[in-house]
Amino acid sequence: MSADNESRAERIRRLLATEGPTVKQNAQGFNEGRYAAMADVDGERLRTEARAIKEDAIERLPELIETVRERVEENGGTVYLADDAADANEHIAAVCEDADSLVKSKSMTTEELDVNEHLEAAGVDVTETDLGEFVLQVADEAPSHLIAPGFHKSTDEIADLFNARFDPAEPLETPAELTAFARDHLGERIRVADVGMTGANFVLAESGTITLVTNEGNARKCAVTPDTHVAVAGVEKLIPSVDELGPMIELLARSATGQDISQYVSLLTPPTDSPTIDFDSEDPIGGGQGDREFHLVLIDNGRFEMREDEDLRETLYCVRCGACSNACANFQHVGGHAFGGETYTGGIATGWEAGIGGEESTASTDAGSISPASVEFNDLCTGCSRCVNACPVKIDVPWINTVVRDRLNRGADPSGFESLVDGLVPDAESAGMDWGKRAFGNVDALARLGTATAPVSNWLADSAPVRALLERGLGIDARRDLPVFQRETLRDWDQRRTPEVESPRTDREVVLVPDVFTNHVDVDRGKAAVRTLEALGVPVRVADVVGTGREPFSQGMIATARERAESVVDGLSPHLDAGRDLVFVEPSDLAMVRAEYDKLLPEAQAETLAEGSFEVLEYVYGLLENGVDPAPLTRGDGERLTYHAHCQQRTLGLDAHTEAVLGRLGYDVATTAAECCGMAGSFGYKSDYYDLSVAVGESLVEEVEAAEGTAGDADRRVVASGTSCAEQLTDLLDRSATHPVELLEPERE
Amino acid sequence: MSRTLAATFSDALDGIGVGSTRTTAAEFPAALAAAIEGAAVGTPLPFDGVSLDGADVTVPPTPDQLRTATTGVTPVFGGIAEYGSVIVESRPEGDELVALYPERHVAVLRESDLVAGVDDATDSLRERFAGGRDSAVLATGVSATADMGATIEGVHGPREVSVIVLSDR
Repeated sequence: MSADNESRAERIRRLLATEGPTVKQNAQGFNEGRYAAMADVDGERLRTEARAIKEDAIERLPELIETVRERVEENGGTVYLADDAADANEHIAAVCEDADSLVKSKSMTTEELDVNEHLEAAGVDVTETDLGEFVLQVADEAPSHLIAPGFHKSTDEIADLFNARFDPAEPLETPAELTAFARDHLGERIRVADVGMTGANFVLAESGTITLVTNEGNARKCAVTPDTHVAVAGVEKLIPSVDELGPMIELLARSATGQDISQYVSLLTPPTDSPTIDFDSEDPIGGGQGDREFHLVLIDNGRFEMREDEDLRETLYCVRCGACSNACANFQHVGGHAFGGETYTGGIATGWEAGIGGEESTASTDAGSISPASVEFNDLCTGCSRCVNACPVKIDVPWINTVVRDRLNRGADPSGFESLVDGLVPDAESAGMDWGKRAFGNVDALARLGTATAPVSNWLADSAPVRALLERGLGIDARRDLPVFQRETLRDWDQRRTPEVESPRTDREVVLVPDVFTNHVDVDRGKAAVRTLEALGVPVRVADVVGTGREPFSQGMIATARERAESVVDGLSPHLDAGRDLVFVEPSDLAMVRAEYDKLLPEAQAETLAEGSFEVLEYVYGLLENGVDPAPLTRGDGERLTYHAHCQQRTLGLDAHTEAVLGRLGYDVATTAAECCGMAGSFGYKSDYYDLSVAVGESLVEEVEAAEGTAGDADRRVVASGTSCAEQLTDLLDRSATHPVELLEPERE
Repeated sequence: MSRTLAATFSDALDGIGVGSTRTTAAEFPAALAAAIEGAAVGTPLPFDGVSLDGADVTVPPTPDQLRTATTGVTPVFGGIAEYGSVIVESRPEGDELVALYPERHVAVLRESDLVAGVDDATDSLRERFAGGRDSAVLATGVSATADMGATIEGVHGPREVSVIVLSDR
């Protein structure tokens, strides 16, 4: 289906056109379901509990393995701890030595091991009984999603596939017909199978119980019908006992499909007391329990090394619900065949694919030993952070992607271009890393150069030969408009002016911390922020510190970002010590300080800085809530707006403040639901990802246009908090997007 | 308290398209007859004053009767009021098979076995596990899939579920 020599951009274009529409419908459906289902429970409490349970279980893993081994053996089953895939497959083949046929319920861990191929080679007929997995088995394709493996296939495609393979008397067409056909076909396979293989969502160590969470009922049938049950589970699936199961049951279905609870939560402690059944026998059912066999196969395959790895460890907390995929705007548009590795898909796949042992890998996660091809897809994680609040066990999925990106950067071989970039970008990275990433990561240095030489730099950068060079050399797509550098930076402007607060009305003082773009490119929104705060009676100065290190952080340049964070602390701490508040115009820079610095700086330093930092509209909201009169600000007078909040701002819960302020000032505000605009900093500039970025942006534009209502209405003004969001919307809508603080600015016309 | 749980349970069942009848042990035979469709198979009910004896239910079934029956009748050992879940145990009598293979599952529940939520259910499971009753399925609604492009009910498990709640047990 895919050409081996297909470029990354070509592959994304193909998937956008083929699987994209079905994937989008399914992923967005699951995502909306999750929001609705989580609204019914105390999600924060449950997620905190679930996180603590998994942390504790991984900490106690060796002990839990011994506990489950003793208990399962006492119950009459066997336990095998497999070091790697080959070891597991050899053991499973031995267990199935006398079997002719085996039926399986869905298990990503068996996909990881390629169990099916090994059993088939050993002469065992293997049938997947989950309908989605069955479709993929017939199609000979890989899963595109953790819980809905055939998520990329439409009804028509499945009908064509079944009609071609099985040639039914009447061609199959509808979902009901396809389901009935598959049920009958698979029912027969289950009845004659010698072995039933399941995965496990959780393994309860103290009782030796396999917990299976399903909707179709196939896992129940596979476990109870054949005499022999083989359960294959990664060691991370162990939790102590049924006492820890409650929050998991409550969260798993809500996070995965938006159901309150899945149809069947099976707690099976095999060999179970259910009578065996032989469909060739004419005797009534009853007895035969002595013939039941149970084999638990626990899989290491790199997991113990992940457990020792400070940054990859939390991957082991993953309950494989797929919420991080469904919440991801990029995933929603291309699915797991682009955003995924050999087995796992979506944001968390980076952790799994980097950690688990590949065919020839040593399973080591040291820098340089990750096979770049296996996690190349991690560049599809833009760090938008919308998965962070979606994860039922609070895994910092973007951080895992950043760490792996950093290790890939460090493991890369030096290329010929490196010396050219070196002169421009004095960073702390290894010589070999992708120089497009280095350029984006060092955009502050480039911006200083651009401003110093503006407008010549802008004319030059916009010329055809230079754009061609940028595309070939740095991977910057020629279809994007480049930022236009201003001759006077925000900081220069502030240094030349006289602050205009005659009679301060609060006891607060603000230091505005500009990001690179506000300082060099979109200087007007910085000025608007200064004037707005001063109009509310708060004296403002622009900080000498420009940029928080967001850009290098995004490119996986952790050492450079850390150096930057350290200098930001040095530069801003005196202001905090003097009691001044730090205000940010760019949400991604505020999010850097609030949500990422704790990974780069000593805890106390990061905490102090985070506590003293505010997004500009959040700050205005706080002033108004504390009784400051909004009279000097420009009023909305019912003006109709469509507001797109920045992804990272929404993760921090700060979209509400902007909406509240705009509402209070008399604007009629509609909001967008899109998880991300698709621009995501540098992502949308990269040639490899331009098409995906535009596809994601167009979904947002559809929402914006839908909010405009009937023909003849004036367009709603489009408002966006993030630089990237505004650029994307301006590019795709052909009218410019406004930062909310520019609406508030007193002198605005 | 019990009445409140029963009402919550009944509402939850309504919400997931599962029929339910609240009846007494004395009235059970009539409720059972009304709940059965087509050929029926079952497992013995261990609840005081109710039985499948005399009903048109084959206990225990042959494998072929199990495969071709329309209705499977089993006791269930608990229910979660909030979600309308019933707890099917893996008894030696074959509840797991009878509740799973026929297209219609009729679950017989003592009202006193109802609990409010998932946490109460896991509490009661812990006690049962300690007593050796350590395999059970929390079954909520009917078997379903969305893998063929739309939600379809009745896949590997039952397409219909009906619960008979014994109000005096």
